Amino acid sequence: MALDGLADLSQQLSARLPKRPQVDGSAEGKPEHLMDLCEGPVQDVPCYTQLSPLPQQKVVSKTASFCWTNPLEGSKRTERIVTKKSSVQTIGEEQIQNPYTELLVLKGHQDIVRFLVQIDDYRFASAGDDGIIFLWNAQTGEKLFELHGHTHKITAIAPFFSSGASGENSQFILTASADRTVIVWDCSGGKQIQKVSCFHSTVKCLTVLQRLDVWLSGGSDLCVWNRKLDLLYKTSHLTDAGISALLELPKNCVVAAVGKELIIFRLVDRPEGWNVLEVKRLDDHQDNILSLISVNDLTFVTGSHVGELIVWDALDWTKQASECNFWDTSLHNDAQPEIKLSQSPNETSVQHLTSDEECVFAAVGKGIYVYNLQMKRVIACQKTAHDSSVLRIAKLPNRQLMSCSEDGSVRIWELREKQQLPAEPVPTGFFSMWGFGRANKQANQAAKKTQENTTICFLELVGDLIGHSSAVQMFLYFGDLGLATCSADHLIILWKDGEQESRLRSVTLFQKLAQNGGSQIKF
Amino acid sequence: MSVDYQASFVGHPPGCAYPKLNFVEDSKVVLGDSKEGAFAYVHHLTLYDLEARGFVRPFCMAYISADEHKIMQQFQELSAEFSKASECLKTGNRKAFASELEKKLKDLDYTRTVLHNETEIQKKSNDKGYYTTQAIEKANELASVEKSIIEHQDLLKQIRSYPYRKLKDSDFHPYEPECGLDQADGSCEQDLASSELAEPGETHPYAHVPSYTPKLIKAKSSKCFDKKLKTLEELCDVYFFTQTLDQLHQIERTFRGDVCYLLTNQISRALLKQQSVTNFLFEDASLLDEKAPEKQYRGCQRLSQDAVNRKCLEELPTPKVVISLGSYKSSVECVPIKMEQEIEDSQDPTMAESITFEHQDNLDYLDADIKGSISSGESIEVLGTEKSASVLTKSESQASLPISPSPQGGRSKVGSRRTVSEDSIEVLSTCPSESLIPEDFKASYPSAINEEPYADDEEGGLHFSPKLSLDNADEQEGGSKPENLLQVDSACCIGKESPGFLEPLAELGAKACEDEDGVVSIPPQPLRPPEQGLHGPFAGYHCPDSASGGLLSYELDPRYLAGSRDVSKTSLDECSDTTSYISSAASTCSEPTPSPAHPALPAGERHKKKAGQNALRFIRQYPFAHPAIYSLLSGRTLVVLGEDEAIVKKLVTALSIFVPNCGGYAKPVKHWVTSPLHIVDFQKWKLIGLQRTASPAGANVVHALGRYSRYVSVLDADSKTLRGPLYRGALVPRLADHRTQIKRGSTYYLHVQSVLAQLCSKAFLFTFCHHLHLPISETESEESVVSRRMNFLKLHLGLANEDVKIVQYLAELLKLQYIQEPERRGNPLLRFDYVPSFLYKI
Repeated sequence: MALDGLADLSQQLSARLPKRPQVDGSAEGKPEHLMDLCEGPVQDVPCYTQLSPLPQQKVVSKTASFCWTNPLEGSKRTERIVTKKSSVQTIGEEQIQNPYTELLVLKGHQDIVRFLVQIDDYRFASAGDDGIIFLWNAQTGEKLFELHGHTHKITAIAPFFSSGASGENSQFILTASADRTVIVWDCSGGKQIQKVSCFHSTVKCLTVLQRLDVWLSGGSDLCVWNRKLDLLYKTSHLTDAGISALLELPKNCVVAAVGKELIIFRLVDRPEGWNVLEVKRLDDHQDNILSLISVNDLTFVTGSHVGELIVWDALDWTKQASECNFWDTSLHNDAQPEIKLSQSPNETSVQHLTSDEECVFAAVGKGIYVYNLQMKRVIACQKTAHDSSVLRIAKLPNRQLMSCSEDGSVRIWELREKQQLPAEPVPTGFFSMWGFGRANKQANQAAKKTQENTTICFLELVGDLIGHSSAVQMFLYFGDLGLATCSADHLIILWKDGEQESRLRSVTLFQKLAQNGGSQIKF
Repeated sequence: MSVDYQASFVGHPPGCAYPKLNFVEDSKVVLGDSKEGAFAYVHHLTLYDLEARGFVRPFCMAYISADEHKIMQQFQELSAEFSKASECLKTGNRKAFASELEKKLKDLDYTRTVLHNETEIQKKSNDKGYYTTQAIEKANELASVEKSIIEHQDLLKQIRSYPYRKLKDSDFHPYEPECGLDQADGSCEQDLASSELAEPGETHPYAHVPSYTPKLIKAKSSKCFDKKLKTLEELCDVYFFTQTLDQLHQIERTFRGDVCYLLTNQISRALLKQQSVTNFLFEDASLLDEKAPEKQYRGCQRLSQDAVNRKCLEELPTPKVVISLGSYKSSVECVPIKMEQEIEDSQDPTMAESITFEHQDNLDYLDADIKGSISSGESIEVLGTEKSASVLTKSESQASLPISPSPQGGRSKVGSRRTVSEDSIEVLSTCPSESLIPEDFKASYPSAINEEPYADDEEGGLHFSPKLSLDNADEQEGGSKPENLLQVDSACCIGKESPGFLEPLAELGAKACEDEDGVVSIPPQPLRPPEQGLHGPFAGYHCPDSASGGLLSYELDPRYLAGSRDVSKTSLDECSDTTSYISSAASTCSEPTPSPAHPALPAGERHKKKAGQNALRFIRQYPFAHPAIYSLLSGRTLVVLGEDEAIVKKLVTALSIFVPNCGGYAKPVKHWVTSPLHIVDFQKWKLIGLQRTASPAGANVVHALGRYSRYVSVLDADSKTLRGPLYRGALVPRLADHRTQIKRGSTYYLHVQSVLAQLCSKAFLFTFCHHLHLPISETESEESVVSRRMNFLKLHLGLANEDVKIVQYLAELLKLQYIQEPERRGNPLLRFDYVPSFLYKI
């Protein structure tokens, strides 16, 4: 049904239909790089007719005939055109730069998988609402251990490396669960080492302070534990809502996000015992703080539900810079009123932050923003990077970014310098970047208003990974070993570079051949 | 045949050595009559029978074909297979013989005791001081009994030592029944063993066989002729007997079809074995698993469904009578087969009667022949068959119709439609695709296994189980006399010594025969199963209803027979579609569903043919067959979307022959799915039939398909469109030329197989060339390896455009198969490409 409709549509429009129905069909104004990506409109494939002796055969159009957001609307042309105005960037089926051409589905979980944590170079653990922790081999996809111990969903997970006195390294995982317990697991043996169940509330975050060889648990109060699971200190009851994030700061300090507030604690290791002093409370945020990351030893960054991003000095806990509503779409109200129709507070919440030395990358609503710490402004953004909220973001090597979203996809972006004449007014945001028909005009106005808000880079979509049928909760980048993603559809998918895997298999093959002395191959 | 079966026991002068058992090797000969066009591989063997002269009875099994080449080419195989069957028979025979000896010993012992007592009594009562003649007689009798005991003990020792003696021969493979399958046999063996422990000459362990009460043996042993000869079933253990039958069936099955078909099969199997690395990709798993049927074969134990099938085959007898007037020689190396008269029948109950009417005039000289053969005193199997100029068939309705010399009715037509060689085991001759009507070659006795496409013939092939319902017996009573008259001759000439000959109606026959000339000869009575009445209707045509009704008791699906028959001749006799195939198989069952109880291999063949047929239709009908097939070959899942389950399944079946196997046992093909697809499905299945519905659930299905569109090509069976990547290679056009001249499904299937095999060899070369994947030197860059690889694919393997991807995909499968441990298979990878899709329309 959808096929038919789309086929007709594609004929009528004589244009390439995007996979997601948003890109304007007209090619004019498209930047060069886009033209590369999507080769022109419908065309007969020249050599095909020669080779194929099938006279009646027609290649009707290049299609991607199904739409993701609403499968039914594809049949109605009008609807389709409307949806084109919503503006999620799409990439065609040709993704030259996307290395992930092989995938492995890891099944095991019975419920939403929310956490992935790397243990070492080739192993990772996954945990989720079913309370089970799995250990996987990222190389082969082999299930190493299945750890049962929690009765409720897992709320926090943290790897814990400790080098014993004898020099051997042992890896542990700490898991906290809604059953108000924390369990320490041994990764090499797949066994539960110890279980702590003296919590009054669910532990929502776990932080390991390797330097001090202690770990912290944050719930309604903050506890300090040593490696042997002795409770070293426990603060008084802080909040009912509980600590949502913990971050280690220099000078034995820890910052905890409690609702709208940031509380700085200092850990003091006195001879008579550990003590935790509350040093400072920072209440600059207007709404709940959702993310808290450290950029370097001197800086940390927080993001809140209403889209505030504040850069803090890690030493004296002062605000270095803040960006309150730079992603507020109100800037473009007059330009793109349609977009605002479904605006909700959720669309501006800072879901996740990550950073490298220069920039902070923020997942805000459906968009991705790159904030340059030096320039103290957003240098690139993609307002609607996904169809729904972006849940995680990560920086990859080669100036690439990766984001995962509730729409079930993972996208790979590349941060590119924009080539532009200095005299030309800097277009604002995403729309002008993609060269929509009207954008140029309106960009002028917008640029006038927000000169400082201009972007000098742009994020180009270089690939998307579609595999999960539900929100992708988290992903874990393993470099050469690929990428692990976990989702609400209970699955974990290992994405691999097909070329590389093929090469590795060849190597293994010839090794095995050498071992067998070729005896298994008979010519 | 130059075997002296005469042991030195019977009538050997007193005082000479104990009788010796001859352990005679089997002899194998090819007999033939090129003029008549009948050739036979004949396997002679001897079985021990205590009552027989020299304790041996000769038997033979034969494989008869109209094709001499077939016999000659397959001689080794035939010989090997028949040797197995023979060994099975002989093993059972030794067992039975030993136990018979034991019984005899017990009898003798008992007799001795009785005689002894009598003598004692006489001695006591005798006060005259001299022995009466009576006493002397008794004493003599006692002495002879004692001698007899010693002789029998010696025989027992000999027969028991046989396996040990034989074991020294390297090429002797004793038949070993698999344990667990036959408890009775096991216990019997135990009995044997335990009784062996006890010294045979001493007190007999009666306790072991409580049911047996020793009989008094009369001093004057009755003549051999007074007794009926043991049936083959009695001679061998029942278990071994049925095993042998199974084996013979298997042999018949193995050698079905004409010789070039057999040879091709053998060659391709041998070749397949050599391609151990690549053959998992496209070859039938059942074919690869060649060992399984062989094992069954050797063990000849099929007690499961298969046995049921077999049973069906056995239960309907074909009362074929060979009236042999052929030349007779006492020791023949080659007996020309002449078929003067064959009375062929399926299992019409009235058959025997009609025969007699027909051959009344023959009876005279038949009698003469009988006498001749008897007077010769040689017990040698005679293979004499003469082809009668007249073809004896009956119309289906006749009950008392004399057989007319001309072929009649639909039967002969049906026969001539068949093109496969009608090979058979036992004294049967067959003809391949010639115009000869097979029926006239089928003259034989009930033990023949016929290669026949009909349900009735098939069933009638072998019958040894003397099951007769009362009414049948009654029914036969009327016609028994002439019947027996007729059968005397066959009994004398063939029946008595022929292998596999059984006398199910021993009493009846014996009576009749004894009357005639006092010779014990058991006529081969036409055997009828209790359900016989029901077979009447389809003796001529195959009325499906009555057929299935009649066969119900055999748990036999008529389609099975049609199917199996059809399968056996896929390469030769095949019609271009299923309907005609049905009619050719003389079965009118409307839907040729695969038989549930059929062994895997024929089912696979059947599937092949059907798939080939559908594929042929697909490539003719759909102009975008090439991209669709390319999708399958390159590992991109193809989803066949449609509302009608039958159409979708048909398409899936058609396309399934192009799907490379990922290493599992079954092809990654899912015929019908109604729920939305997930990523896991694409990992598991490479060809999926998907239901399209108008309901919201259906929308979900389409939605999911859209979401995962990069992993799939979608063939819309309703609107006849394909959405998938472009294909511009040269390989698929060769595989699926829509203007192909190939008309038959199985031929097309073979064509596909050969192209795919070629493809596999390319993939193999590509996979296992070291320098194509790894740098030659350490300094060599990855790029140069890549370019070398592409160069190889394009120039050396001659692959164009997308063909490269096919070979690369197959190579990946080969690598995975090779490097993965067997237990880790089942975690398949999903490989995909980011390539644009196109919409193809008709």
